Amino acid sequence: MNVNVPPHAVRTTDTSRVDLLLIAEMVMPGARVLDIGCGDGTLLRLLASRRGVDARGIELSQAGVNSCVAQGLAVIQGDADTDLVHYPDLAFDYAILSQTIQATYSPRHVLEQLLRIGRRAIVSFPNFGHWRVRTELLLGGRMPRTDNLPDRWYDTPNIHLCTINDFLGLCRDIGAKVERAVALNAYGTKLGVSMPLFMQNLFGEQAVFLLSR
Amino acid sequence: MSEAPVSQAFLDHSVRLAQITNPESQIVHFADPLPLDCGETLAPFSIAYQTYGTLNADKSNLVLVCHALTGDQHVANIHPVTGKPGWWDTMVGPGKPIDTNRFFVLCPNVIGGCMGSTGPSSTNPRTGRPYGLDFPVITIADMVRAQARLLDHLGIPDVLCVLGGSMGGMQVLEWAATYKDRMFSAVPIACAARHSSQNIAFHEVGRQAVMADPDWCQGRYLEQGTSPRKGLAVARMAAHITYLSDEALHTKFGRNLQDRDKITFGFDADFQVESYLRYQGLSFVDRFDANSYLYITRAMDYFDLAADHGDVLANAFQGTRTRFCLVSFTSDWLFPTDESREIVHALNAVAANVSFVELKTKGGHDSFLLYEPELFDTIRGFLNSAARHRGILEPKEWRP
Repeated sequence: MNVNVPPHAVRTTDTSRVDLLLIAEMVMPGARVLDIGCGDGTLLRLLASRRGVDARGIELSQAGVNSCVAQGLAVIQGDADTDLVHYPDLAFDYAILSQTIQATYSPRHVLEQLLRIGRRAIVSFPNFGHWRVRTELLLGGRMPRTDNLPDRWYDTPNIHLCTINDFLGLCRDIGAKVERAVALNAYGTKLGVSMPLFMQNLFGEQAVFLLSR
Repeated sequence: MSEAPVSQAFLDHSVRLAQITNPESQIVHFADPLPLDCGETLAPFSIAYQTYGTLNADKSNLVLVCHALTGDQHVANIHPVTGKPGWWDTMVGPGKPIDTNRFFVLCPNVIGGCMGSTGPSSTNPRTGRPYGLDFPVITIADMVRAQARLLDHLGIPDVLCVLGGSMGGMQVLEWAATYKDRMFSAVPIACAARHSSQNIAFHEVGRQAVMADPDWCQGRYLEQGTSPRKGLAVARMAAHITYLSDEALHTKFGRNLQDRDKITFGFDADFQVESYLRYQGLSFVDRFDANSYLYITRAMDYFDLAADHGDVLANAFQGTRTRFCLVSFTSDWLFPTDESREIVHALNAVAANVSFVELKTKGGHDSFLLYEPELFDTIRGFLNSAARHRGILEPKEWRP
């Protein structure tokens, strides 16, 4: 599940992807982590090598799972929407959903599950409030397609896109505490913390949130 | 389970019978009784086993391979009865996924078997005759308890990995439930936490075929100098179909005729698939004991891990620190993927370290015995990762 590829394809990711580095930085060394939608295991490897964590993964695509397991990563085939219920409360220090929430059937349920099974949740997603997205719809009059969201409306896996503001609203609704929120621009650079929220929602191409109950 | 065609060399019945008392493998005799689930005890009892590779100085590199219903301890050597390569010769050996340059591989024949471990064709010390149906009904847990006794005897405290397919996978699960502190990792392949109703039904067909053969003699055929060959062959034919898949059979045989141009309007083996099954049945009776078949199928039928743990499968794994890797196959309709997924969910419920792959194959249940590159990659990757976490030196082939 990813913004850049059709559903069921294996997500291959560039290790230098800033959002992944940012997530790795948010995780305390030695923690127990579940990466939901772990793709080819790039983040799991990053977490294991840089933070020495006990990293597990869930991935929808069978090919992604098989390649992870053959590399010795603890990954199972599963679906964020249906399979998180099988984990006990607080089974992990961190439950991570990297560029996946927008492709889930029920984002609210998934987020609640993340905060149930993890002491903290880390969620990253493409910001639909980015100015390019807004201008595409405003001036082009069509469903936006950007580098980050290249699919057409009828073949995208992203069925629940949201803006940074929308996501904050969901956090409020389910009583999630935002411990950290970082917006990244199109070049993967962090936007200044002093930047007001409406500006982050306009210039952030993606966002990474660290949440707790 | 499925066998590569071999020369139709005549197999001397006495070679097989000799394996019961004097197997061509290592054997340990235990005088202390083995308590069984049925309430009886087995004493004395023997376990025949094979080993490959070398046990390291701190005894941390043992890989225990559990064999399936009709398998035995001859994993990766020429089989003493059939003269064919061992049943997992492709998986176990130097440089192979279960690398004997790195691991010490042990495979015991299950109790109830017929290749040297105590079973229904062994001599009953009370009567001096073969046990026959006087042999107590054994369970998967009994088999595993006997294996733990073997490890005690060998002075090996714990196992790096317990690994097996089908009934071997059931033993792996039983190990994981019973000896949590004695195993670092577990690979149950193409198995289930309980034998399904359909699978019990297939086994019952097989047992009835054996028992309907007059040469079965109420289980006393060894004393009569006979063997229920026809019954056991029919049992094997029926079972063999369940190990394959519709697609595999169709691809291999279609409706092709056997050594003839047209159908004969009779009951000869007109079709290649019939000829193949007859061959599978006949070659099986040359290497397997009919009563062992009854007992071991029964052990599988009785297997229900959740039932032994308050009807909650997750309870069986409570507190486990073992690393699991489950494998299922798309074409396996005997132990379909859902059965493995149920185990995965139970392991998730106790936050166990678990990997799970479903591999796309055409070979049916028997896929675990075939050359499936993805299976090999999975086993190699998982086992090397487990070894690395256990601090066992990496062979040169290992690539991060």
